[in-house]
Amino acid sequence: MAQITLQNLAHSYSAHPKSDADYALKEMNHVWQDGGAYALLGSSGCGKTTLLNIISGLLRPSQGRILFGDRDVTDAPTTQRNIAQVFQFPVVYDTMTVRENLAFPLRNRGRDAAYIASRVQDIARMIGMEAMLSRKAQGLTADAKQKISLGRGMVREDVNAILFDEPLTVIDPHMKWELRSQLKQLHRQFAHTMIYVTHDQTEALTFADKVVVMYDGRVVQIGTPEELFERPAHSFVGYFIGSPGMNFLDARIEGNRAILPKGETVDLGADYGRQSGQTRIGIRPEHVRLSGAEGLTVSIRRVEDVGRHRILRAILSGHDLNILLPEGQALPSDPVRVAFQPGKVGVYVDDWRVQPKLVERAA
Amino acid sequence: MQKVQNNKAWFLVLPVLVLVAFSAVIPLMTVVNYAFNDTFGNNAFFWAGLEWFDEMIHSDRLHGALGRQALFSAIILAIEVPLGIFVALNMPKKGFWSSLVLVVMALPLLIPFNVVGTIWQIFGRQDIGLLGHTLAAMGIDYNYTNDPIDAWVTVIVMDVWHWTSLVALLCYAGLQSIPQAYYQAAKIDQASRWAVFRFIELPKMKGVLLIAVLLRFMDSFMIYTEPFVVTGGGPGNSTTFLSIDLVKMAVGQFDLGPAAAFSLMYFLVILLVSWVFYTVMTNLDKSEAGQ
Repeated sequence: MAQITLQNLAHSYSAHPKSDADYALKEMNHVWQDGGAYALLGSSGCGKTTLLNIISGLLRPSQGRILFGDRDVTDAPTTQRNIAQVFQFPVVYDTMTVRENLAFPLRNRGRDAAYIASRVQDIARMIGMEAMLSRKAQGLTADAKQKISLGRGMVREDVNAILFDEPLTVIDPHMKWELRSQLKQLHRQFAHTMIYVTHDQTEALTFADKVVVMYDGRVVQIGTPEELFERPAHSFVGYFIGSPGMNFLDARIEGNRAILPKGETVDLGADYGRQSGQTRIGIRPEHVRLSGAEGLTVSIRRVEDVGRHRILRAILSGHDLNILLPEGQALPSDPVRVAFQPGKVGVYVDDWRVQPKLVERAA
Repeated sequence: MQKVQNNKAWFLVLPVLVLVAFSAVIPLMTVVNYAFNDTFGNNAFFWAGLEWFDEMIHSDRLHGALGRQALFSAIILAIEVPLGIFVALNMPKKGFWSSLVLVVMALPLLIPFNVVGTIWQIFGRQDIGLLGHTLAAMGIDYNYTNDPIDAWVTVIVMDVWHWTSLVALLCYAGLQSIPQAYYQAAKIDQASRWAVFRFIELPKMKGVLLIAVLLRFMDSFMIYTEPFVVTGGGPGNSTTFLSIDLVKMAVGQFDLGPAAAFSLMYFLVILLVSWVFYTVMTNLDKSEAGQ
């Protein structure tokens, strides 16, 4: 086991990348702590799988270095990195039995038979396939095959890291929960470094201690689920995390006030000075509340009842604004006014969150 | 829903039946006719019963040809199938070279059979052939018209040259259908090259290999043109395979009765062996699946 360090890492699939757009993975520096459970979250095509394949050595990065502990493994082949990886679609060896499939990574490494047998038994119990050990893998359902793939990924105890590339895509929802909690349990038990790629925020937020959000080949934020929710560093994180995502409103920033296109002002609670570029304010639907007589006037487009709460789809100053209405709260009558919870409003310049001036904090 | 019994559909297949009758059934029946009768011309037939069959089954000449035929098919299958797999494994998977290699590989398959025969017939000649002349210059005694072993070697090498491409192309298609993730998983699992072949590539190629073996068996068991052009069945009878012998008997000696009986048995043997091949290999597949 080792800490994995990415130094100035970047990758392009074209041989002579000219501009930034040619890079599937833009230059990044990152340290994956030994024993951490990470989720790599992002929409399809943002470079998650590329990054994973670089870590496991299936792909050589076009620039930068990868270190496992102190050892530079940039040019080391997969076999020397001692990494386990589970792929999006099941990979099983059809002609082998389930038992042979699970034992395969250990046999290839020359472990003794008794150890292999006990290890296979453990893993089979974990994925719930003890009864099927002697069956041929061919002809099993996609679910079962993917469980075998997962099992093969976890059968080795001494791996540097286990990488999961959207492993639960083909598993049905009920089983997903179970397998995910088993992965979590396994992580607590053996403290392997785990990197879990997904585009499902629930999966990411429940699995990981730290979520790495990627957008367009770049890591835009690394943080705990709470940090991602409370202080998204990039508008993409705001959109992507939360359901519905963060509201963004064009606004002119003047000190501690934001002025919306139709002249309404929002108190930011801190001094942001003057900002140039595309300036917006972001506020979570959870942090908008109905305020009765005062506040900003919105017009309601429709109300969606999603069970636990209702979502008001409203328009404020020409922008869509989603408001979360807690259960039991009555629907407001016209005119509807809302207020933003102080301190929950973020300021975004060209998609990146900016910090208020430090003097304000000191005061 | 009420099922409507309607026999009109049979009329729709009638044209096909007529076509098949003229193209296959009636010609075959002519052969059957000759096989059970004796004729002295003028379309006069005399019932011979199973006489021709009896004669053919006990004929040493036919036994000899059958033995040579079986040996020939066994040898070319033993060479072409492994060689085809080997070539397919080493063909480039994508890009310019893969297209080029595919075209080059397909070339032998596009050459008419008797042209293939002529190419090798000339290629192997000691006086003007590149191969024959070179071998002679190197002091190797090679003459396919005199030496039965040389004749066999020539015919086999020619068949391998002509048909390995087919096996290779079929296997290549099978290999191309393997998702990249399998190779990646094998790397993660630290599988050896042999294990990748044995547990990933071979199982995925099994379907196409079955077809390749069947096609090559049937084709080689019926081979006529190429060895006929090169050796004419000689020296002596050493490269006289079943088809060559049949043509000699039917067209050369004009023994239509025995030749017809011979043809029918030949047909049944190919049918039988192909069926056995197919059944055995599909059963193997099933038992491997453990169902």
